[in-house]
Amino acid sequence: MKNTPFTQKHIELGAKMAEFAGYNMPISYSSINEEHQTVRNNAGVFDVSHMGEFILKGPDALDLIQRVTSNDASKLTDGKAQYSCLPNNEGGIVDDLLVYCVETNKVYMLVVNASNIEKDWNWISKHNTKGVEMHNISDKTGLLAVQGPKAVQYMQTLTDMDITNLKYYTFTKGVFAGVENVLVSATGYTGAGGVEIYFEDKDGAAEIIWNKIFEAGAAGGIKPIGLAARDTLRLEMGFCLYGNDIDDTTSPLEAGLGWITKFTKDFTARPILEAQKAEGLKRKLVGIEMIDKGIPRHHYKVQDANGNEIGYVTSGTQAPSLSKAIGMAYVTKENAAEGTEVFIAVRDKALKAKVVKIPFA
Amino acid sequence: MVYGRCYADYYKICYFYPNFKKMQFPENLKYTKDHEWILLEGNTATVGVTDFAQRELGDIVFVDISSVGKSFGANDVFGTVEAVKTVSDLYLPVAGTINEVNPGLDGTPESVNQDPYGAGWMIKMTVDNTADVDALLDAAAYKALVGE
Repeated sequence: MKNTPFTQKHIELGAKMAEFAGYNMPISYSSINEEHQTVRNNAGVFDVSHMGEFILKGPDALDLIQRVTSNDASKLTDGKAQYSCLPNNEGGIVDDLLVYCVETNKVYMLVVNASNIEKDWNWISKHNTKGVEMHNISDKTGLLAVQGPKAVQYMQTLTDMDITNLKYYTFTKGVFAGVENVLVSATGYTGAGGVEIYFEDKDGAAEIIWNKIFEAGAAGGIKPIGLAARDTLRLEMGFCLYGNDIDDTTSPLEAGLGWITKFTKDFTARPILEAQKAEGLKRKLVGIEMIDKGIPRHHYKVQDANGNEIGYVTSGTQAPSLSKAIGMAYVTKENAAEGTEVFIAVRDKALKAKVVKIPFA
Repeated sequence: MVYGRCYADYYKICYFYPNFKKMQFPENLKYTKDHEWILLEGNTATVGVTDFAQRELGDIVFVDISSVGKSFGANDVFGTVEAVKTVSDLYLPVAGTINEVNPGLDGTPESVNQDPYGAGWMIKMTVDNTADVDALLDAAAYKALVGE
């Protein structure tokens, strides 16, 4: 099991630890509900150093990115980032990722899921036919997500860079907490606002940045947050989690990721996805809200009123901000309309639920 | 309840975490490897989950027991407990019949987290054979099992 630069800190703080994507990660520090509310109402710090980062450099870097990703990276200019995915040859998803434009047409950073670092690296390398310079900087890159309505206010005190006015999905680079060459990005996967802070883990940078962040937010009540609350936060927003809601067998269109699937350019499996769009989708990822008492969980079956199987749950939880049980599920298109009554097979019962709009919040 | 404090002197912040409350193992109870406790009084008993179990589960959202009046063997599943991120089966410590489910769990399932041996009790049951209870783990043995 690998450690992040902060694994020892989490243990010292008494976090409940578990393996996630091969890393020893904090699942929860105090209580999931408490941590969740801290991020929604104040600010919390996530160690997401397990995420993967690749640098792609050279005159053909953009061409390579355009061919392997579904979103249109040619729209990016210096300091802008976009959410995207890597479709596979069958129209499924290799991974979802962020594309950062460090220098237009020259330098890009791809941020990928920890569990897919090797798979993504091999996939992109295979398509690198024009000699784009590729660097996997995952192991030496630390990443903290500081999320919540107060996050930017606390973090601004640690840098002269203007992060207060940083627009969503843009970033800046400079000195942060006295450490040079730190990338601060107005992104995150919680829907609570805030920044993500990337830095090279050398000369004690991780220690310095962690300590300064907590000093800056101490008076305001900043807290460290585990991966469990990260999951409840992203699920309330209806954000997809790779391995749950999307995977090698799900199409980005079915997953509601049509907005990052641009047929204005050529990319892997474009003809398959275009045909899928033209013919109409057979199933769709929808939000579900429980009517009966119960919690939908990953892999539970979804049924219609007659007990016919119409899909399966991909993610589910009791939503701490909403005080109700929610989930996401793939269901047949006939059952995908908002308000449709469906049943979730929870153990020996079929519990009533309904299709609702995403985000849930 | 007695809460401990963890002073994280690295950055001079004091976190106030329930996880640092010392784990409780009342001496008057018997325990199972599946992390249930049982209190025998005559031939009836009260059953719940241990302090260790509630910590592992995290925030409990509700307890699903629809087995009142039913008889079970030892280690049979008599219900489930749903936490925010996990669901876990409940195993009957000894053979018997379930008489009552804690009515308080409906409105305040968090009492299982806050007071697992008191307000968070789960069922009352009639025990088939009281000697079965004697054979379960005592506090010291259970404490050793969970590595405390």
